Amino acid sequence: MTPTSRTNRLLVAMLAAVPFALVACGGSSSTSASSTSSTAGAATTAAATGAAGETITMLVYDAFTEPEVLKSFTQQTGITVRIAKGGDTGTLVNKAILTAGNPEGDVLWGLDNTLLSRALDTNGLFVPYASGELASLDPAATALVPNHEVTPVDTGDVCLNYDKAWFATNKIAPPTSLDDLIKPDYKGLLVLENPATSSPGLAFLLATVAKYSPTGFTAWWASLRANGVTVVDSWDAAYYNEFTQGGGGGKHPIVVSYASSPPATVIYAADPKPTEPTTANVSASCFRQVEFAGILGGSKHVEAAQKLIDFLVSEQFQAALPESNFVYPVRTGVALPDLFERFAKPIAAPLTVSPADIAANRDQWIAAWTKAVLQ
Amino acid sequence: MDQGRAAVAPARARWALAVVPVLFTALFFLWPLGAIAARGLSLGAIGDVLGDGYTRSVLWFTFWQAAVCSAGAVVVGVLPAYVLARYRVPGRRLLLALVTVPFMLPTVVVGSAFLALLPASMHRTVPAVLLAHVWVNLAVVVRTVGTSVAQMDPRLGDAAATLGASPWQVMRHVTLPLLRPALWASSAVVFLFCFTSFGIVRLVGGPSHPTLEVEIWRRTTQSLDLRTAAALAVVQLVIVVGMTVVWSTAQARTATATAMRTLLRPRRARTAGQRALVWITVPATTAVVLAPLAVMVERSMCTAAGRHSLDAWRAVTGVGRALGTGGTQPVVADPWATVLASLRIALVATCIALVVGTLAACAIAYARRGGRLLDAGLMLPLGTSAVTIGFGLIITYNRGWYDLRGSWVMLPIGQALVAVPFVVRVILPTMRAIQPGLREAAATLGASPWHVWREVDLPVLRRSMGAGAGFAFAISVGEFGASSFLTRVGNETAPIAIGRLIARPSLLNLAQAYALATVLAVVTLVVIVVVDRLRGERGASF
Repeated sequence: MTPTSRTNRLLVAMLAAVPFALVACGGSSSTSASSTSSTAGAATTAAATGAAGETITMLVYDAFTEPEVLKSFTQQTGITVRIAKGGDTGTLVNKAILTAGNPEGDVLWGLDNTLLSRALDTNGLFVPYASGELASLDPAATALVPNHEVTPVDTGDVCLNYDKAWFATNKIAPPTSLDDLIKPDYKGLLVLENPATSSPGLAFLLATVAKYSPTGFTAWWASLRANGVTVVDSWDAAYYNEFTQGGGGGKHPIVVSYASSPPATVIYAADPKPTEPTTANVSASCFRQVEFAGILGGSKHVEAAQKLIDFLVSEQFQAALPESNFVYPVRTGVALPDLFERFAKPIAAPLTVSPADIAANRDQWIAAWTKAVLQ
Repeated sequence: MDQGRAAVAPARARWALAVVPVLFTALFFLWPLGAIAARGLSLGAIGDVLGDGYTRSVLWFTFWQAAVCSAGAVVVGVLPAYVLARYRVPGRRLLLALVTVPFMLPTVVVGSAFLALLPASMHRTVPAVLLAHVWVNLAVVVRTVGTSVAQMDPRLGDAAATLGASPWQVMRHVTLPLLRPALWASSAVVFLFCFTSFGIVRLVGGPSHPTLEVEIWRRTTQSLDLRTAAALAVVQLVIVVGMTVVWSTAQARTATATAMRTLLRPRRARTAGQRALVWITVPATTAVVLAPLAVMVERSMCTAAGRHSLDAWRAVTGVGRALGTGGTQPVVADPWATVLASLRIALVATCIALVVGTLAACAIAYARRGGRLLDAGLMLPLGTSAVTIGFGLIITYNRGWYDLRGSWVMLPIGQALVAVPFVVRVILPTMRAIQPGLREAAATLGASPWHVWREVDLPVLRRSMGAGAGFAFAISVGEFGASSFLTRVGNETAPIAIGRLIARPSLLNLAQAYALATVLAVVTLVVIVVVDRLRGERGASF
């Protein structure tokens, strides 16, 4: 009887401990939050504006990495920036749309051109702001938002990547165009993502729409299917499990990834680091993604948020983006890190489709693609 | 609610037990779900969805693969469950804990490890999905059925043997009938788990085999087609509730009042047949469980093509230099902190799930008809995609004092929602197996309902509660879907960190993700061993 009741007491104690566990965790998390802001506060030396001491929240997608230079924004303005991650880009934007007017944060980072129209069609989602820096940004990007609901912050290109060693060993010329992929030499070499469930997959589909026209792209896909193509559901499945350079014993030397993926194979390599990337881009296959940041309607810190937007497109912040987030500056004249300069320059003439066309046709294009490739 | 009178009137007391689970479900599930439904649901949409050939094929695939996977897990799991509960085997506890590990691993890791094991010709095929599902869910069968085996009165089998029954006859006519409630319970859990599976289906099955859950996720996050998403969510819910009612009925019907207060101590395998059973089952189970885990560990050391090193481990443990020299920060600044955050949050989620789940299981077992309704209601979160729950929570808890969107509390609550149904399923068979006469006798002798619960039910329940807590913990530690919605900077969990590492193309990041998954697996292993030891065979060994 004794051991039984001892265990009972243990259980009862465990149950009783719940509220304390709640309190304990709450305590620890709020301590850590306040400690960050106090460090930031201590670092505030040149806080000259009325916004000093304010904390604003920037909502970002999961893959966002906070560059170190964000701290200097706090030093310059006294405004602390809290980063809140909210899933992939689609999830993040759709959450913002559902909470329009009563947002989870003050600034949203990561709306892209495939989702732009849907977001701008939502009343009151963003507070328009024309930053004084607009003139210094890529005009092709700023032209997408003539009413300044959001501000372009970076660009990225979804491109075919290939395994340099594989093509050298097999003595086949690497592909140079989309047309190459349907030639017998490249039979069964490509792995790509399902556009219905993956954003690079959708971007690549849009590349073929831009290249072969909205009426002709399905014919190209039918030829590609006949030539052998592997489709998986997500970027990581394609890259890590199916691509020869992904480390998962994959068998496909061509993959749909990003223009900035090759430098990553050096930057994140184990020592001794290779001197150049093990993969390269097919520049004629690239679709341009433009990412935007905007001030969310209902924010109580609009003035501070405007300052943050100015900072996000400043030279200092823009220069840090390639190495922290593997995207390109939208600001013109910003120097690229050496590796990007040599192996992953932004594509001069990327393929594009207007956000309005994407919004109007995306579901229909995905359906046509599914029919041509999967069914 | 008449909480005040609960102590006086036993019937009221039974309903008082239900207050917490009902409130919990209503506040954190039904309300948010209603908010989402209000944004898009219509009868027309449900009609459209059911009339659509594509949706019907998705529905059919989701259903049959779950049924096959549930049957497969029971067939593969029942022997190890029996052997590990009944016979003294060296390393028994460790193996029991090891079986639980696949269950908590992030699906990204499970999927990749499985693809590495299977030949390329099986990639993106249905058999591959089935194998991965059975592997992950083996824990449910081994642990649920095992608990039941250990609680079985051995004298029944001994008596049958004394009367001349062969071991096969004992198995068929005594053991299996007694295990039936646990078999039903575990097959129900596995079915629901496979029915709502998301990551493994996408990774191992490829794009040609979407499940309902994948389709809901896609409509919600990729195309913001809430009309279709809400309709699909309702269809999925109806099926989950339907299945729950069927199982709950089957379970209640087969429950036999034989639960013992003490666990049967595993004994030495005596006859040649028993020894053969042990010596075949244990190594086979170990091999099956270890194979994909071994791949995971190997990958954590593969940091460049064809070369192995401990670089990823140095980064994860903080020993040696940090990653990303030359101005680049590592993708995950402090991997160790994410493991600690996972554990802390999982602990809170486990406590919540255990309290809510235990109260609910008791209420369900006491109240016959209304109980089934509560049972079905609590299963709902399991049948709802994480994305629906996540969206619902952020448009519900969004104003004034109940604006909890940035709060850390939402994370364990979200995880507990998913874990409660498991706790209920594990505890319910035991609860139903308690002889009602015991409670009545205690009540007749003047014990208060609380007293009856503490002295009659709790002693028997504590093992199942331990098993339930183990599950809840494993689920919370590995939870990704709801977490990716509710996580905030400062409390990122390890699965979230793994997801972020995998989002950057390099072997070293991938290796780091696997190393982190391995750390998570080892930590979980330790926690499960400790939980098992706490509840263990103490009652019998003293």
